[in-house]
Amino acid sequence: MIAGLYVYWALFAVMLIGLYVVISHGNLVKKLLGLTVFQVGVFLFFISVGKVAGGSAPIIAEGAGPYSHPLPQVLILTAIVVGVATLAVGLALAVRIFESYGTVEEDELERVADEQPEPNGAFGAQCVPNAPFGSERGGGRS
Amino acid sequence: MMTFVLTNVTLLVILIATAIAISRMRALYEATMLGALFSLVTASLFVLLDAVDVAFTEAAVGVGISTVLLLGVLALTRSREAVTPRRRHLPALIAVLLAGGALGYASQDLPAFGAADSPVFSHPITGTYLHQSQEDIGIPNTVTAVLASYRGLDTLGELVVVFTAGLAVLSLVGPPARPEETMPRADFHLADYRIIRIISGILMPFILLFALYVLFHGEYGPGGGFQAGVIFAAGFVLYGLVFGLDKAQRVVPRVALRILVSLGPLVFIGLGLATMLLGGQFLDFDVLDPNHPEEGQHLGILLVETAIGFTVAAVMTTVFFSFASRGVSR
Repeated sequence: MIAGLYVYWALFAVMLIGLYVVISHGNLVKKLLGLTVFQVGVFLFFISVGKVAGGSAPIIAEGAGPYSHPLPQVLILTAIVVGVATLAVGLALAVRIFESYGTVEEDELERVADEQPEPNGAFGAQCVPNAPFGSERGGGRS
Repeated sequence: MMTFVLTNVTLLVILIATAIAISRMRALYEATMLGALFSLVTASLFVLLDAVDVAFTEAAVGVGISTVLLLGVLALTRSREAVTPRRRHLPALIAVLLAGGALGYASQDLPAFGAADSPVFSHPITGTYLHQSQEDIGIPNTVTAVLASYRGLDTLGELVVVFTAGLAVLSLVGPPARPEETMPRADFHLADYRIIRIISGILMPFILLFALYVLFHGEYGPGGGFQAGVIFAAGFVLYGLVFGLDKAQRVVPRVALRILVSLGPLVFIGLGLATMLLGGQFLDFDVLDPNHPEEGQHLGILLVETAIGFTVAAVMTTVFFSFASRGVSR
């Protein structure tokens, strides 16, 4: 049984390392790195389910075969590109949070938010003028 | 078979070791570089698992684009992580143990790795994709056939997600600055290094040519719109990194990017509507050439892949330009 499942267990380990980083670390950029690790574990697991022993890439040719399954590959192919697009959104949020609060650490963020009487107001004041496509650029860190 | 297992195990061990190193490292620049290594090992594993198309994408996205984006954000924020307090470890450990226990328990029901009689392969759709597709569509690369034709609607959804994410980044960090607004940073220029300047100058046309090859060869070999798009974008990102944002924006103007970002979904949806007007179902390419359904499929797949390629390349390049100009325009 171990011989048959070792790949899956290794990939579960990769996922869990990513999950651990996402939960335990307070730094938002580090959290996103952890999310990437988690994501890669899921991608590899998906692909490995469609692998057949002694198979070849699902590009049909004379005398080739058996072929691995193309469907997981299609799903993961698009998921990788969607993954980097959502990573970019997460990073953009981290940049805006840093510009408004001067930190990307969760604990410090809570402290800064407690000190400011109206965190929403403070955030809005800096956020609204140059969002979404204002000419005034760069925001400014407080 | 023995070689396969050995290579596989070695790569998996490197993968896990890199993941642990990433999780323990507090210097985020170093962690990001390890992330690039992590992606490279992942891409090798994809090749080993017969997923050549996916390996392409992972290599271009993971090693190239996401690394550059992370580095760009670290330049804008702080590059050193605070020490993780002890109280944060316990809940994470409990969650990981619970999730790991559930996964390990469930894994007993998984078919053995590489088994040819697993549910994945005994499902009737496998025959459709691997054999019927040769008669329906007639292109050797079944990944492209499934991506662009059989599951075209799904792919349209993914493309819209990429498009939306691009819009979200634009509205969060603002559009790329105009070339005249960006101040070249006097203290540091990668283009001052002769080797980097000349090599990247020589590589540039080959990267773009390769991307075009990947785009238009996707029906016969590994390749397609998503892969070509990220390779295009990686080329422009390299150019922007070495020669500066103002020069890169002269190569790909903002207006062109703005048009290309929205062109992909428009062409894709337009093609679907066209097939409906011709009497078929949404994205049923058979009707594009009623007498030769195969030719219609070829045309449809080519158009779809081109639309995907342009939008993915434009979104990735725009995102890079936006982050980069956030850094130089203040």
